[in-house]
Amino acid sequence: MEKIKLIIDNREVSVPKSTTILKAAREIGIDIPTLCYFELEGLNIHNKPGGCRICVVEVEGRRNLAPACVTECLEGMVVKTNSIRVLNSRRTVLELILSDHPADCLVCAKSGNCELQNLAVRFGVREIPFQGEQSCYKVEVSPSIVRDMNKCVMCRRCETVCNDFQTVGALSAIERGFASVVSTAFNQKLSYSNCTFCGQCVAVCPVGALVEVDHTPKIIRAIADEKKTVVVQVAPAVRVALGEEFGMKPGSIVTGKLTAALKALGFNYVFDTDWSADLTIMEEGTELIDRITKFLKGDKEVKLPLLTSCCPAWVNFFEYHFPELKEIPSTAKSPQQMFGAIAKNYFADKIGIKREDMIVVSVMPCLAKKYECAREEFKTNGNPDVDYSISTRELAALIKQANIDFNSLENVAFDSPLGESSGAAVIFGTTGGVIEAAVRTAYEVITKKPLPKIDFTELRGLEGVRAATIDVDGLKLNIGIAHGLSNARKLLNEIKEGKSQFHAIEVMACPGGCIDGGGQPLHHGNSDIIKARWEAIYEADRNMPIRKSHENPSILAIYKEFLGEPCGHKSHELLHTHYFDKAKVIEIKLD
Amino acid sequence: MSVKIQISQKTRTKIEEICKSFNNEPGELINVLHKTQDYLGYLPAEAQEVIGQELKIPTAKVYGVVSFYSFFTMIPKGRFPVSICMGTACYVRGAERILDELKHQLELNVGETSADGLFSLASLRCVGACGLAPVVLVGDKVYGRLAPDDVKNMVDEYKDMRGAV
Repeated sequence: MEKIKLIIDNREVSVPKSTTILKAAREIGIDIPTLCYFELEGLNIHNKPGGCRICVVEVEGRRNLAPACVTECLEGMVVKTNSIRVLNSRRTVLELILSDHPADCLVCAKSGNCELQNLAVRFGVREIPFQGEQSCYKVEVSPSIVRDMNKCVMCRRCETVCNDFQTVGALSAIERGFASVVSTAFNQKLSYSNCTFCGQCVAVCPVGALVEVDHTPKIIRAIADEKKTVVVQVAPAVRVALGEEFGMKPGSIVTGKLTAALKALGFNYVFDTDWSADLTIMEEGTELIDRITKFLKGDKEVKLPLLTSCCPAWVNFFEYHFPELKEIPSTAKSPQQMFGAIAKNYFADKIGIKREDMIVVSVMPCLAKKYECAREEFKTNGNPDVDYSISTRELAALIKQANIDFNSLENVAFDSPLGESSGAAVIFGTTGGVIEAAVRTAYEVITKKPLPKIDFTELRGLEGVRAATIDVDGLKLNIGIAHGLSNARKLLNEIKEGKSQFHAIEVMACPGGCIDGGGQPLHHGNSDIIKARWEAIYEADRNMPIRKSHENPSILAIYKEFLGEPCGHKSHELLHTHYFDKAKVIEIKLD
Repeated sequence: MSVKIQISQKTRTKIEEICKSFNNEPGELINVLHKTQDYLGYLPAEAQEVIGQELKIPTAKVYGVVSFYSFFTMIPKGRFPVSICMGTACYVRGAERILDELKHQLELNVGETSADGLFSLASLRCVGACGLAPVVLVGDKVYGRLAPDDVKNMVDEYKDMRGAV
């Protein structure tokens, strides 16, 4: 590639043509501050509207200051990133942004993790000289997300992920000038829009305008209530990310400390969503085998490809955008909901308490899980199978409040019986993992032979859409994988047009899967963090003594003792669900 | 508050035709909105839903454009649309005081329509009748060289027509 030379802050740098000044400067260790700019390298998410003007630099021979994030380097360019003109302009821009931002940092959910706050600290802002109009919007609380547009800085990252990466289109910039803000169609509540609650808008918001609904006070109250038995389950992706909240390096596997922390918090039973992930494989895998067997026998009615159904944002997505395909996804509930159903219908009985006296809490990397557990179909007489879903970040907050020194905790194992799991379950936490777990089981069930190799590396990776053919003893199983709903949309359109060659498709809504869910520690655009979590997931799998769901003894035991057989009568009652057509013409609600 | 906006099948078909005349091209959104507003007089939420579906643009984006451009309105005009010229000539000859009086008499702000649908109030730039400044239009009828005291009589004339077809 053609290289060009330029000078930044008196230092020569050589970069490929079409590199931006921002990136060229970073190559030589000059960190130009940014605010609206956001890029998740390798995961196809970028937002560079060049709007906030925090990154302006002086380019010799140019009359105006140039935004470094969108200005490409030219041969012989002379750039100054810290001249007095630049510093003054940048400060003025920041002060103007701050003049319409609530100064409530002390009580803001984003405090300590806010990119605007960081800029104010970095620039040493001690007063805000501009006193002008203040935005005044009503704070909206949805089942998963809290929107406080008074804090919005119009970086439009949320709009970009919602429209470009997810193709959901719930959010858009509306109005103009001072009144402009990111909102939904007709300013409806998120619940009335087609928002899937994937939470990626929260994951990229630089400030406290978009945050999760905080359930931590409810958890503290539940644990303190002696009449209640509080059971907690933890999703696979949490254990490879939680450590970051306590200063550990990305990709640290903290399963044992996590369990210890939950015990120290006072949960009565500390169980694992990995256990119910294994259960999901038994149900979903059986469904897949059943559909393929029927298909091979010439059944024309059989619905293929089978679509996975673990990701609640993905479920919302096809209910809103592709309701005509709602019979295709697996009817298996997600691991969170399977766990809840078993906890309240089996485990409560086993320990001799009523379901009303049991509170099931889930710790999830996800914000859509909050919405999922509140779905009406997952309640019995108004009592939900999973009472509260909290994010990885909320758990970290609970641990910090309870004076627990996370880093010095001794490893503790999960409780029995809903705590044992396999390596197949832990890889549910990343893109390709659910389908790899299903293939491990389907292969051995179909062929009745042991797998020649457990690692299906052809199903792994971080490309948006992947395809692989797995040879199951002569049967060629075509697998499709998508993460990011824009990628899922491509595969769904193929199905609609009758062009899909796949037998099974796995979809996860978030980039990289649950490892970068909307509830995970914030990465601030550093995709190396996501890659480290991704590697950690497979390391956690390799560390497990059992690596196939159908070999998990505790899963085999529950079928023997309680459920009967996979996809049997009891399973259908407790572990399967159905989907709804939500694409009806919307009644417009204003408030 | 829950507002139900209904559009007849006829209107829906008309909007679909408008979209089709632009080949359902997402880039033609603004033209489609113009034509639809020409036809309906305003752009109700449901019309925007239909346009979004036809052009395959998220409704939030359609609304983003409608709310951005001041030409587009989501509020239907009144039976007697009152517009006041705020162009330079009218302004220096006291249009602002006329506007204040109009707001008072009609009990409306600029951009609003009365609950009974009789009046709507808009402000616009030079209508090319500077010699008559300050100028108010009610529908197509031009009222020139108005003084604030004239406004009540002018408005009452139309209030008397309430009920008349």
